[in-house]
Amino acid sequence: MAEAARTDVRPVATEVTPAVRLTAVSKYFGAVRAVDSAELTIRQGEFFSLLGPSGSGKTTLLRLIAGFERPTSGRIELAGREVTALPPSRRDVHTVFQDYALFPHMSVEQNVAYALTVAGVGKAERRARAREALRTVRLDDLGPRRPAQLSGGQRQRVALARALIDGPGLLLLDEPLGALDLQLRQEMQRELQRIQRATGVTFLLVTHDQEEALTLSDRLAVLDRGRIVQTGPPLEIYDRPATAFVAGFVGTTNLLRDQAAVRVVGAPGTYSIRPERIRIADPEGPDGVPGPGERCVPGRIAEIAYAGAHTRFVIRLDAGDDRLTALRLNSAGLPEAARPGAAVHLLWDAADALPVPDRRPPNVRPGASDA
Amino acid sequence: MSTTSRERGGRARLAALLAPPLLWLILAYLGSLAVLLLSAFWTTDPFTSDVVRTWTTDNFRSVLTTPVYRTVALRTLGTAVAVTLLDALLALPMAFFMARVARGRLRRALLVAVLTPLWAGYLVKAYAWRVMLGEHGIVNAALAPLGLHGPGYGATAVVIVLAYLWLPYMILPIHAALERLPAHQLEASADLGAGTLRTLRSVVAPAVRPALLAGSVFTFSLSLGDYLTVQIVGGRTQLLGNVIASQVTLDLPLAAALSAVPVALVVCYLAAVRRAGALDSL
Repeated sequence: MAEAARTDVRPVATEVTPAVRLTAVSKYFGAVRAVDSAELTIRQGEFFSLLGPSGSGKTTLLRLIAGFERPTSGRIELAGREVTALPPSRRDVHTVFQDYALFPHMSVEQNVAYALTVAGVGKAERRARAREALRTVRLDDLGPRRPAQLSGGQRQRVALARALIDGPGLLLLDEPLGALDLQLRQEMQRELQRIQRATGVTFLLVTHDQEEALTLSDRLAVLDRGRIVQTGPPLEIYDRPATAFVAGFVGTTNLLRDQAAVRVVGAPGTYSIRPERIRIADPEGPDGVPGPGERCVPGRIAEIAYAGAHTRFVIRLDAGDDRLTALRLNSAGLPEAARPGAAVHLLWDAADALPVPDRRPPNVRPGASDA
Repeated sequence: MSTTSRERGGRARLAALLAPPLLWLILAYLGSLAVLLLSAFWTTDPFTSDVVRTWTTDNFRSVLTTPVYRTVALRTLGTAVAVTLLDALLALPMAFFMARVARGRLRRALLVAVLTPLWAGYLVKAYAWRVMLGEHGIVNAALAPLGLHGPGYGATAVVIVLAYLWLPYMILPIHAALERLPAHQLEASADLGAGTLRTLRSVVAPAVRPALLAGSVFTFSLSLGDYLTVQIVGGRTQLLGNVIASQVTLDLPLAAALSAVPVALVVCYLAAVRRAGALDSL
């Protein structure tokens, strides 16, 4: 009898059960393929980001996990439980929408308590927990207000409090900071990180802002044309991009293909050299001579752009018509000869020219008719 | 000095611009209402039916105490309420379908179908219903196989035809409200655990309520004042409009006192709707 009971036990979330597991998930809208056989595992308590340009399928992927869309094929598991066919109301997931989607006719407190109201929690407990959630996002006194009376940043916090009120297993954030100005965005980034650590809830952030993804995430996945092209921690994504697309999208880089690769790197293929890895030197000076394992190419300064902490140089190489971008920290001081038209040597460690496969997923509409 | 004279010139131009419409509003519109109310306190010569300008409250007394007038007033109120309820019942699913289910060409076709009758003549539509509701009309022909008989001409027919006439005024504001409702709000509600009924009650209904009330102002007040439809399909039914129309030539002051009843009802209704907050968005 005990044996039979044990086999009946449903899978429980443990340390090793991932918060999210996607297996071969695809989504078509008619002939348009928005998500192409996505495989993804997100650990419990992780801050995970989906990064990609617009149209890369990241929002569709989030909507599939939330349950607003059903996958065309594949399997979605949340905390070990298959939810592929379940409606959003029956998934242990809440969403923070890009436009916040607060209910305009309810007070802030009623908005925050909505999940509890729906679940039939008593009024006294509802109020107490709504106040606590508002305290977590530092909006203690705004409970009686209407959403229309709040600023953008405050609405953002209300949306967060509303989504966190009943401790969901997973919080989905759909470009939550996109509508805020730069300073507020940076403040909210720190807030998101603080709240994620304080609550321990798994966060899944969708963003097209590579800096945001790098700063906030424990790990991230980069999407290109509906396919996940690389998954890993920020440092790994930046330092070891899996494809030329990732190298170009995450941070800025110098991509060298075909003949340009032969001329600049000295070998065929596609290579990525980060601008901050390139050293600019006076050809006559002592540091204009390459050290062991260093590559050196001559060129002339084409553009100088001062950007506060650093200066960005665009150098036109003597061989071919190639241009390379190099960064120089302004604390290092500008070389005397740094004027447009001046001759310079560019030097970098040969290991900093990363070979990156130049393959992209096929276009989103494979052989689709005009229908 | 020059600024004040320029200011004065600007004010004069503004006054010149606004005077004609304001004059029209005050004299022609509010003025006629005031004269109407005033004439309700006069009386008529019983032999010549000429208006005699002596001050009396007899007209109002007879409006309030004569059982026939009370019955007619209550019947008129009942008709207006029934028309409003029927229109709300028909408009809600229709507007929901148009705004949130139908797509592309179907959506446009439905909107045109709702709007087109508004441009057709009132009498044409009322007489069309008279033909349909007649003893050998299409309504009876359609109901005959079921062993049923249509309502014929009478109070029911009046409600049906008025509800048909004013339906667009109910559908359009509700449609607009539902179209404005962001899809993300419905998703957020589901995301936070709400089922369809809960979302309808907690998110859709509050968004639709002001529009529903605004639409009901039209259906209610238009029904209160109507008297042509009653003449065309009402059979022997009398509403306030008919009584007023028939009294205008016989006893103008009494007709004026009678017409104060629908005006008072509409004002009460507007006050109630205003308290419910439906006029804020107008």
